[in-house]
Amino acid sequence: MRSTASKTQPADQPGRSSRRWRSLLALLVGKAVRLVSRLSHHGGSALPGKVVERIDPGFLARTLSELPRGVVLVSGTNGKTTTTRMVASMLESLGLKVFTNPTGSNFTRGVVSALVSALGLSGRLHADIAVLELDEAYAVHFVRQVKPRYALLLNVMRDQLDRFGEIDTTARLLGQVAQATTGTVVLNREDPRIARLAAQTPAQTGVAYFGLSDDLLTYFPTDDDMHASDRESDGAGADNVSRSFRPGHRLPAEATLERVMEHRAAFRLDGRLLETDLRLEGVYNFYNAAAALALVRVVLEDMEPDDAALMDALSKVTPAFGRGEVITYQGAPVELVLVKNPMGFRLALSSFNPVGQDTMIGIRDEYADGRDMSWLWDVDFTSLRDTGVAMVSGTRAYDMALRLAYDQVPTEAIETDLDRALTAFLKAHPGRPKRIYCTYTSMLRLRSALGRITSVDDAGVGA
Amino acid sequence: MPQTQDKAEAAGNRPPLRILSLYHRDMNIYGDSGNILSVIRRAELYGFRPLVRYYDPGDAWPEGIDMILGGGGQDHGQERIIDDLHKRSRLLRDLADQDVPMLMICGLYQLFGHYFETSEHERLEGVGILDAHTVAQPDRMIGNLVEQAQDFGRVVGYENHSGLTYLGKGTQPLGTVAEDGRGNNGKDHTEGARWKKIIGTYMHGSLLPKNPAITDFLIKGAAERRYGKGTLAQMQAAMDQKSRSELERLDSLADQASRIAASRPR
Repeated sequence: MRSTASKTQPADQPGRSSRRWRSLLALLVGKAVRLVSRLSHHGGSALPGKVVERIDPGFLARTLSELPRGVVLVSGTNGKTTTTRMVASMLESLGLKVFTNPTGSNFTRGVVSALVSALGLSGRLHADIAVLELDEAYAVHFVRQVKPRYALLLNVMRDQLDRFGEIDTTARLLGQVAQATTGTVVLNREDPRIARLAAQTPAQTGVAYFGLSDDLLTYFPTDDDMHASDRESDGAGADNVSRSFRPGHRLPAEATLERVMEHRAAFRLDGRLLETDLRLEGVYNFYNAAAALALVRVVLEDMEPDDAALMDALSKVTPAFGRGEVITYQGAPVELVLVKNPMGFRLALSSFNPVGQDTMIGIRDEYADGRDMSWLWDVDFTSLRDTGVAMVSGTRAYDMALRLAYDQVPTEAIETDLDRALTAFLKAHPGRPKRIYCTYTSMLRLRSALGRITSVDDAGVGA
Repeated sequence: MPQTQDKAEAAGNRPPLRILSLYHRDMNIYGDSGNILSVIRRAELYGFRPLVRYYDPGDAWPEGIDMILGGGGQDHGQERIIDDLHKRSRLLRDLADQDVPMLMICGLYQLFGHYFETSEHERLEGVGILDAHTVAQPDRMIGNLVEQAQDFGRVVGYENHSGLTYLGKGTQPLGTVAEDGRGNNGKDHTEGARWKKIIGTYMHGSLLPKNPAITDFLIKGAAERRYGKGTLAQMQAAMDQKSRSELERLDSLADQASRIAASRPR
């Protein structure tokens, strides 16, 4: 594949030298802060970003403006991380040099921090394009500084209402992203609140869509469907699925998801039906793959990648950290599934068969998890009734246990301490596959705990 | 009300309780459906046959409703229901006068008052069942909330609202909060409102599963109005061992979940 770095660098001008010194200073200080915070194990991925922003407020805009293919911004309630990873991985497979922000740093300062560590001392980013995942609120903050060339807007779901207040407020935030995009906005035509954003894009900005085949619509209820369908369980009748309001469903799409199989999916691109194996878990990630495909086709329009190359690139994508990630412990797979809102939890429960597995659920209520536990009541857990749940853990384990009790799902054990819970959970049935549904900070804890155990294992084997 | 026939029905195995979810489609944001679940499950364990009816704008009003549950909504949700609510307000007031228990959370709590004043100083007429009014403000009050309620003890939940609600002399607060910046209006340390068998509150969480005393208050009110005084007590006395221990388990989990909730940062 050809390199696309062709844009000429701006010539140095007199009067710019003091700014250059300032930016070099900012970069050096940022790198030093990063080193110190890493050495002191204070994790603080945001700290270097904070320091650089203070010394050199134009750092983010300037550095990203030098990219020949500009910036891709990925936002929405569910699937940001996996989709960003897919887009970055596919673009790389197809020959571009990609800068992306690491998992979880989906706020402006996190991007600055990631830039600080990626930049050489020349202050230049050696990449063709940046693919950035941003939380809805930070996306607005970001586009005030940097106009993205592309925006991929996935969905709006009831998630973390404690932060944004209302789902329509969240949609308005994404509307500001659409307004700021200079090239093309890629939208989910099946989510009415997202499809509607087409009207908000500037006249010269293009609009493209990704979508679902008719058959798959019921797999992916919109936020409104999800609440309307609660009543079906009552048996009172009224097929509410048909009420589903999808004004965008007939819009022409750059890519649609047509069929889902076990680790395999079919997509439609311009009328051509294409199949590929996928390493991803869960049908919702297959739909994210359609989103990524649509965006990649838009970005690489000039290169016209062929279908085989696109499918090959897609098949190579591995799950993002914690998104259907499988860790092997004593020969048995332990699968971590991130759940952070009702729709994500519902989709996860309908994607994974609990039979033959031990199930654990970890619920915490730190800021990153969402403080309000209300969302658990919008998830239907009856699919776990037959197998039961082996362990419920996290700060809010009792909220979760109460929720399960109301759905008459048997719970074997409740232990608020995640480390102790994990130990007991792993010990219970050695060799049996295990699945852990967990909120964001629960996942961070469990993953590091698992890392400690499996690395002990490896050391034993290695020594 | 044809009491005699109902009494006969009550003597049968599982007397029905008809529960209405008011504006279920537009006003049940964020976990309010947990309240329905709590009423259904506990009523079942007591031996009732709970029947849930969902009411949306334009629907026919179901007959013989024993309890009404309503939740919060988006701004556009409120816009979609407001005309229908005005059409139904006399009916709702009559049912309130007849001691039908009602639980109204957040958005419908506000609309059960006299009016809601928007940020553009426009007055949205409410049902006027609760002697209260609400004024929009730019900042939301968001966070974990604990209150002390005279009849229910400690009540825990999560508030998320931008309206400031002020109670008139005709209503009592549901409970009191210890600090400024939370509850009805952030100033007078009240939260929620009560009048007859009606409870209005800002508590999400969902409210009822973690605060089963309130669920039982609603069930008791509904059962006694339909089947006569002492009905719930009789049904409780007649519970089998399995239902009894399941109820104990729910209560114990609710208690532990509440203790932890009360200890969490706002």
